[in-house]
Amino acid sequence: MTRWIAFWSILAKDMRSYYLKPPNISWGLIFPFAWTAMFLIRSGGSVEDVLSLLPGVMAISILFGTTSMLAVTITFEKKGRSFERLLLAPIPLTLLMAAKTAGAVVFGIANAFVPVAVCAFLVDLSGVAWGVLVPAVVLIALSSTFVGLFVAVAVSEVFEAQTFSNFLRFPMIFLCGLFFPLERLPLAIRPLSYALPLTYGVDAMRGAVIGTQSLPLAVDLLALVLFCGVLFGLSLRNIRRKWIV
Amino acid sequence: MSIRVSNLSKAFGDVQAVADVSFDIAQGELFGLLGPNGAGKTTTINLLTGLARPDSGTIAVGEVDSSHDVKAAQSLIGVVPDESNLYPELSGLENLTFCAALYGVRKRERTARARRLLDDFGLSDAANRKFAGYSKGMKRKLTIAAGIIHQPPILFLDEPTTGIDVASARQIRQLIAALNADGVTILLTTHYIEEAERLCGRIAFIVRGSIVRVDRVSDLLQPLHERHVAVIELSAPDGWPTEAIAAAFSRCRFGTALAGRLRVESDERVPVGAIVRWLEEAGIEVTEARRVLPSLEDVFVEVTGIEADSMRRDREKSGGRS
Repeated sequence: MTRWIAFWSILAKDMRSYYLKPPNISWGLIFPFAWTAMFLIRSGGSVEDVLSLLPGVMAISILFGTTSMLAVTITFEKKGRSFERLLLAPIPLTLLMAAKTAGAVVFGIANAFVPVAVCAFLVDLSGVAWGVLVPAVVLIALSSTFVGLFVAVAVSEVFEAQTFSNFLRFPMIFLCGLFFPLERLPLAIRPLSYALPLTYGVDAMRGAVIGTQSLPLAVDLLALVLFCGVLFGLSLRNIRRKWIV
Repeated sequence: MSIRVSNLSKAFGDVQAVADVSFDIAQGELFGLLGPNGAGKTTTINLLTGLARPDSGTIAVGEVDSSHDVKAAQSLIGVVPDESNLYPELSGLENLTFCAALYGVRKRERTARARRLLDDFGLSDAANRKFAGYSKGMKRKLTIAAGIIHQPPILFLDEPTTGIDVASARQIRQLIAALNADGVTILLTTHYIEEAERLCGRIAFIVRGSIVRVDRVSDLLQPLHERHVAVIELSAPDGWPTEAIAAAFSRCRFGTALAGRLRVESDERVPVGAIVRWLEEAGIEVTEARRVLPSLEDVFVEVTGIEADSMRRDREKSGGRS
């Protein structure tokens, strides 16, 4: 019980201090709109094309929603030494970092459903496999958050966190099959695509929303779970090695 | 609840920050760790609190072996770091309730405790003001309150009065004494010799990562009771040669003239009047001369070989005025 009081308090504080600030809420709303509009204009498509754009816009919204805040806030707290307070608390490091990342996960999931809510007014969503879409969204949010955590632990300055995040985010967007189908990517680059969590997330969501999927659903979900485990495990190891010296 | 530290060592690369340190702190004791900047005080606290891992040695907090179960040990301790590290965006009240929640204190109880502490520390009026807007002294007080809100039996205080005004420092010293009177075991690190002398029952001198002496303040001062000391404020430049005056007063020991101050020691009463006359005849203006009681500062200088002035410079560098 003691541990859960700490968990919920950390989550609630982070939500209040970082994620529920007006600039973040407006960013979380405007960002998916902007991406949808951009894709629509570029494709010159009609409203019916919105459905095919939905998985990509959701994936990007989650990726940016999770990584942009988490990497910066943890680096900021580490630099201001308030993170030491958390390390001094009698809660296991795994639970502590789960609490620190939970806010980003919730924020990422909320961001993902903004374009869904918009689409609900424009197109028929009755064909969407929600039982697949929701777990896929949760797993993308988790894996993207852990990318952000990995970045936060790897750097010591806030500007480094932003630079390193972009260094990982932009290749992910271009190589995950969102802009170019994976089959059309050069053979030499294709393995890189399969080394990115977003590739599996986008594939799973495409299957759930428009019914076209290049990999079996089980492979997509399993790959995402593996990415989550590896990234979270690596981040915890780095915290133990770098922050508790 | 007691603390037992045995053969604790920690190196950062080639720098031996803590070297084979051992000491015990009895339940309810206020124990001081005194040394200049860079002596290893903060590293020792970090090792004791689980923020750093020792290379060797053991730490027992009560019955808990901290090297095996650091989280169990952390539940028994409160920590006040050398810098106020609360959340700038939260109010004083929010900071305290959040810190209490980290230790599993339930909502109603943590709010009640936070309000009580804000009252005790004279911060009730600033309870809903953001921590970022607090003065240095208020920040320090709230940081101490955050360290004790979960009512730990052991408290680590790292340089609690460094860099704050005299009035706040005085108030904080009173709060520390009151906590100790309530039975809290306290480890206090400081480079203020007077603070350690005033507050602590026992003191360890730490220099370059090693503890060179641990004793009760009264026992540390005992050998100096037979010693007589005088301080003379004069117009002589730093390093003014004292050979001639030392030859004239062979029973006295003269220190180095530094910052317009000359220290004289003797095993018998210092002939202050005669010394002053000698100085004035030598053309040196004397503005003040007084006999002083030997202090912990004298013990520190004798034991560590570090001039108290270097501690003062440390204090000035760290912005201390208290």
